Amino acid sequence: MKSFQIKEQAPVFDVIIVGSGAGGGMAAHQLTKAGAKVCLLEAGGYFDPADPKYITQLKWSYESPRRGASTVRPFGDFDAAWGGWEIEGEPYTRKNGTKFDWFRSRMLGGRTNHWGRISLRFGPKDFKRRSIDGLGDDWPISYEDVAPYYDEVDKLIGVFGSKANLPNDPDSIYLPPPKPRLHELMIMEANKKTGVTTIPSRMSMLTKPINDERGSCFYCGQCGRACQAYADFSSSSVLVKPALKTGNLTLINNAMVREVLTDTSGLATGVSYVNKHTLEEVTVNGKIVILAASAGESARLLLNSKSSRFTGGLANSSGVVGKYLHDSTGASRSAFIPHLVDRKRYNEDGVGGMHVYSPWWLDNSKLDFPRGYHIEYGGGMGMPGYGFGSGMENVNGKYPGRDGVVKTGGGYGASLKDDYRFFYGANIGMAGRGEAVAREDNYCEIDPNVVDKWGIPVLRFHYKWSDYEVKQAKHMQDTFEEIIHALGGIASGSKPGADTDYGLAAPGRIIHEVGTVRMGNDPSKSALNKNSQAHDVKNLFVVDGGSFVSQADKNPTWTILALSMRASAYIMDQVKAKKL
Amino acid sequence: MKRRDILKNIGLGTAGVVVSGDLIGQTPVKKTEVKPIPDVAGGRLKEEIEHNNKLNAQRFFSAHELATVTILVDIIIPADKISGSASQAGVPAFIEFMAKDIPAQQTPLRGGLMWLDMESKKQFGQKFRSLTPANRLKLVDQIAYPSKAKPEMSQGVAFFNLMRNLTASGFFSSEMGIKDIGYAGNTPNQWDGVPKDVLAKYNLSYDEWSKHVNG
Repeated sequence: MKSFQIKEQAPVFDVIIVGSGAGGGMAAHQLTKAGAKVCLLEAGGYFDPADPKYITQLKWSYESPRRGASTVRPFGDFDAAWGGWEIEGEPYTRKNGTKFDWFRSRMLGGRTNHWGRISLRFGPKDFKRRSIDGLGDDWPISYEDVAPYYDEVDKLIGVFGSKANLPNDPDSIYLPPPKPRLHELMIMEANKKTGVTTIPSRMSMLTKPINDERGSCFYCGQCGRACQAYADFSSSSVLVKPALKTGNLTLINNAMVREVLTDTSGLATGVSYVNKHTLEEVTVNGKIVILAASAGESARLLLNSKSSRFTGGLANSSGVVGKYLHDSTGASRSAFIPHLVDRKRYNEDGVGGMHVYSPWWLDNSKLDFPRGYHIEYGGGMGMPGYGFGSGMENVNGKYPGRDGVVKTGGGYGASLKDDYRFFYGANIGMAGRGEAVAREDNYCEIDPNVVDKWGIPVLRFHYKWSDYEVKQAKHMQDTFEEIIHALGGIASGSKPGADTDYGLAAPGRIIHEVGTVRMGNDPSKSALNKNSQAHDVKNLFVVDGGSFVSQADKNPTWTILALSMRASAYIMDQVKAKKL
Repeated sequence: MKRRDILKNIGLGTAGVVVSGDLIGQTPVKKTEVKPIPDVAGGRLKEEIEHNNKLNAQRFFSAHELATVTILVDIIIPADKISGSASQAGVPAFIEFMAKDIPAQQTPLRGGLMWLDMESKKQFGQKFRSLTPANRLKLVDQIAYPSKAKPEMSQGVAFFNLMRNLTASGFFSSEMGIKDIGYAGNTPNQWDGVPKDVLAKYNLSYDEWSKHVNG
């Protein structure tokens, strides 16, 4: 058994990776498999959803004193994400009264532990938006450049879906999709009338086993709690654990990275971090540094890595680091479906999330907003938790009950008790997730006055939606009502109007923020080249959503994974060619 | 902690090195103090366990308030042929916890109970708890139906709505309530679609779906 070496003989790693989410996990997986000695730094603790001490999956609502309420964890007491919109001692600020909410997850695997597993490829148009509508910028790469890596990601991680041959929603290599639930079959039928394309979901749960390391889905519908069978994708379960098994990975948890260190020649030499337990500053040396700390954190790290050579922060001679921040748009609506009352009970948990969805189906050149959105659907007979049955006074006075009579709303007693049973599972929800236009004046920067509890200067956000996003949200609301009407349903509440930007969620709320360290061919307008490599520092890479030129009307994770895999392949090639 | 212990702790026979906050090359400080609360247990982080313990150690409702809450929740959800009452399902304790968990609910709850007692004294000369069951319902009837309640009862209506919502949440998320509502999930299974009789009832089929899947 090797004993620990003494401090001054700290090793020089081949690669240092900051952040263990989708981008960092993928780079760690690829590079350790290729034999590189990698050090992976994670700001949060260790996490393994198969270890009983971490498990929240298959617990009942009553195993939480708050019955799953979101008081402590923003997505509910059983959600797998440690962290949230606010983390004690780690503030962020907003500028000029603008809004931005920043979700951070401090744990091995980061936000991949609780995400929706909606695993969509970007399409050919998504890489060339400026050429199509004159807004924003084109990516320096095309779909064809990324497609082989999407294929590899599909095979390595597993994704279910069906071939649809849609022009801008390329098919993956699919496992069988789960059959739609009752309300989802009804939505498919209704959307034959509305013309809203509705197809099997594309998500990364294993409906069939793909290797000996991971089990297959057992349909508890709780992917957001992280899977003890590793049957859904999270970076910790699927990428970091295999990387550890190579023997080439040193994982350091609770390491809050402060800055990237450089030498006089301007190359990265490593990073320094705060050990969150001892509060000591520690240096790790490496030949290559890869940032995968999230779009916000990677920009913050670069901007905080100032030196006499890099006065505006590292890899920022262009000044774009932190700029072009953009999140997906989001708006939603729910509805009551009268013919779903008094349902027969059966287990319809399915996979965690929807079994059908609607990819963008229209042509923006015929609309008053430039970018599209997809629609996600919810509903069904879920496990009752905190909030169950709320607002019954607005339901049982509006629709006939079991006896066919509309009673006075509200009430109490045996008849009220029976109403909860009668109306159970009769609601559906819809959420639009759309593409925002990336703009230079939506940005994050270093707040000159505020540090976190580790003494690290924090981010200050400046973000405003434009008319493009507001008009898109209006279109979403109109579409939701059309679908509800076609379903024979009754929309809940009143339709969000102009006073609320049509229910458009605050920036950051969809947790798809990207664009802060964008790639491009012109070093004066981008921080990274097309291989995710800093223009200014050749041994520095960014493999999280920071590199995105534009977010699509898709979820970003599959593209983060493909681009990180692509950057890893490039790094290996460059090392072999002795260029790195 | 020795390296092999660390490896044992992560439990996957990983050959890589997992350390917490410490770079390989440093000798970890051996912990002599045994902490009563582990970093993670039962899916909860240490600070969450501490927070829950703190809330559990506090008392929000007085004995009188809790007794009134218990009467109210059983009026809202009484026992019937299928299941027991709200208090039998532990709803008063749940509401007590939620009052501490979401402090914004404290004043509406405490003030609402106070409103109820004042109104009860005004109409019947006694606090709500001391009324006969029939008189309790006479008062509840004035606040349980938002659309027909008198305008001067609006604060009582708001309080009763809150109580109804908390009672429903608390009851149907309890073991008794989940069984009552017939939720059939939260267990490993194979999902193979909507049962045939249900499809037939709604005149739906998987024909269209098969076209998507089989091309």
